[in-house]
Amino acid sequence: MRQLTISEAIREALREEMLRDESVFLIGEDIGIEGGFGGPFGVTKGLAEEFGHERVRDTPISESAIMGVAIGAAMMGMRPVAEVQYGDFIFCAMDEVVNQAAKLRYMSGGQVNIPMVIRIPTGATRRGAQHAQSPEAFFVHVPGLKVVAPCTPYDVKGLLKTAIRDDNPVLFFEHKLLYGGRGYRAMGGLEVISDFPEEEYLIPFGLADVKRKGDDVTIVAKLLMVHKSLVASRNLEKEGISVEIVDPRTLVPFDKDTVIESVKKTGRLVIVEEETKTGGWGAEIAALVAEEAIDYLDAPIMRVSAFDTPIPASPPLEDYVIPDENRIVEAVKKIVK
Amino acid sequence: MTDEATLIEMYRKMLKIRHFEQRVYYLFLEGAIPGTLHLYTGQEAVAVGVCSNLRRDDFILSTHRPHGHYIAKGGGVDRLMAELFGKETGCCKGKGGSMHICDFGVGMPPAIAIVGANVPIAAGIALSFKMNVTGQVVACFFGEGAINQGMWHEGVNIAAVWKLPVVLVCENNLYAASTHVSKATLVRNISERACAYGIPGVVVDGNDVLAVFEATKKAVQRARQGLGPTLVDCLTYRHGGHSRGDPATYRPKDEVEEWLKKDPIPRFKAKLIEMKILTEKKSEEIEKDIVEEIEEAVKFARESPLPLAETALEDIYA
Repeated sequence: MRQLTISEAIREALREEMLRDESVFLIGEDIGIEGGFGGPFGVTKGLAEEFGHERVRDTPISESAIMGVAIGAAMMGMRPVAEVQYGDFIFCAMDEVVNQAAKLRYMSGGQVNIPMVIRIPTGATRRGAQHAQSPEAFFVHVPGLKVVAPCTPYDVKGLLKTAIRDDNPVLFFEHKLLYGGRGYRAMGGLEVISDFPEEEYLIPFGLADVKRKGDDVTIVAKLLMVHKSLVASRNLEKEGISVEIVDPRTLVPFDKDTVIESVKKTGRLVIVEEETKTGGWGAEIAALVAEEAIDYLDAPIMRVSAFDTPIPASPPLEDYVIPDENRIVEAVKKIVK
Repeated sequence: MTDEATLIEMYRKMLKIRHFEQRVYYLFLEGAIPGTLHLYTGQEAVAVGVCSNLRRDDFILSTHRPHGHYIAKGGGVDRLMAELFGKETGCCKGKGGSMHICDFGVGMPPAIAIVGANVPIAAGIALSFKMNVTGQVVACFFGEGAINQGMWHEGVNIAAVWKLPVVLVCENNLYAASTHVSKATLVRNISERACAYGIPGVVVDGNDVLAVFEATKKAVQRARQGLGPTLVDCLTYRHGGHSRGDPATYRPKDEVEEWLKKDPIPRFKAKLIEMKILTEKKSEEIEKDIVEEIEEAVKFARESPLPLAETALEDIYA
């Protein structure tokens, strides 16, 4: 079996879809400049050489224009894959994403579709508050958007191909520490590599993946927190606590059946997220389980989230704010006696 | 100068917009139309002058004041009226309302009521035309109030840098809601902004439909030839307030009177009569036809069913 990092998996998915469908094109800052770096994480390196600058379009620093152009082109049947360099920059284009991409189909009575993807690097990496936020929950709140947040190269490739073929605006979150570069491992990032089949595959939206089977407690986590939960669960196993980890992979649509089935089995739920706690994604999952499966719960639902601060830069400060394995272990132990 | 049939058609469209908006205003006062309205009355020469240069497969991007654009681009008044009534037969099935009028089939995507946000989207539509070498163009309408919005700047700039087939049509009616243009920008003419983007900018009498037609003809040709956008600053005036219920008392009386004298419809009518293309009798006939068409639209809208409440849950995702 060949192996790929997440960075390579994204590049391969983009390349395959661009070869398959001429309407697919890439648009963003510093993604195809000759002698440049292929986007902030090197993901699009080589694609401009192969597909030309018409289909790998470098833009001015204009996030609103990037998203607006993608929306307009998508409305006409193109399939743009837009990107921001850091998740925090998507806020510059909030109007185009929330008021335009998400609403145009609805307010036209179904006359137009917006088949576009926005790739968004998320997560904290020692860069300070404006290059570190995990903004997923903002978009989960907006009807009309789909939100994808995978954490392995295999899932990333299959879901990105599905996202490109979807007829709706899809926000595709990629965790910066999971791309697979060595530099990130040195900062606590994980070298995440998956085995890859040679043949083409797609992964449908709305299908969670149980990343680890267990009986005593269910952890629902996404992105980097899936990996941290895996580490925590190995430590808990030594103490006789068996953890099941559900990775929803897509936040909208959300596979609530898999989560509820797991909770019915374990009777306990911990949600682990890198974003700040108040009004967050974890709150939504907790409410959903409380509404639909409270009778199966043997203990209160726990959330392990970032503390409610902007993300600080200095390592001890950032490490304190962002959930780590110890906080996950503590939360589990609190409800598993 | 263009042929007689086109000129008469332009006159017909301007009159249709005028009568439609007047009728809609009374229907609103009567309580038949919910929500709000931004009437196009007074600005007819801009929509008609611009759209008369466009092919059916060209596109326009509209604003919170879209009824005139829709009619000028060839949208049907029956489905427009039904949309204003909130009926199931409306052009957006009642989901859009006055500010989001859409008929994709005639080249009108949903009108965008966030000021300035339509410019980047117009650039994107134009990019698809350019990438697919279709020869189509996009005309993007906005008020002078839009030019200080960040999205407007980003959109104009990217359209300029990529030489996209866009015509930027500023409907400069002097007031952004109640704020006079002099309080919002120091440039004397909006067209001066064009030099900041390296594109041509022109000022035109926006109440002279032939002047608008000629200015935008050049801009459309330029766009179709792949030479990029032009900023056309159309000086015009809305006859009423910003939206329903705005008496527009922030405008000096003498200014209003001056502009009412420059009403684009009597001006064009006099011109056509002088050119011996139109007679009073012919004008009356045209007006009669239009009034009939609009009354039929009112009947259609009144008799159409309201949408089933549950259809609110449809059309969110493709």
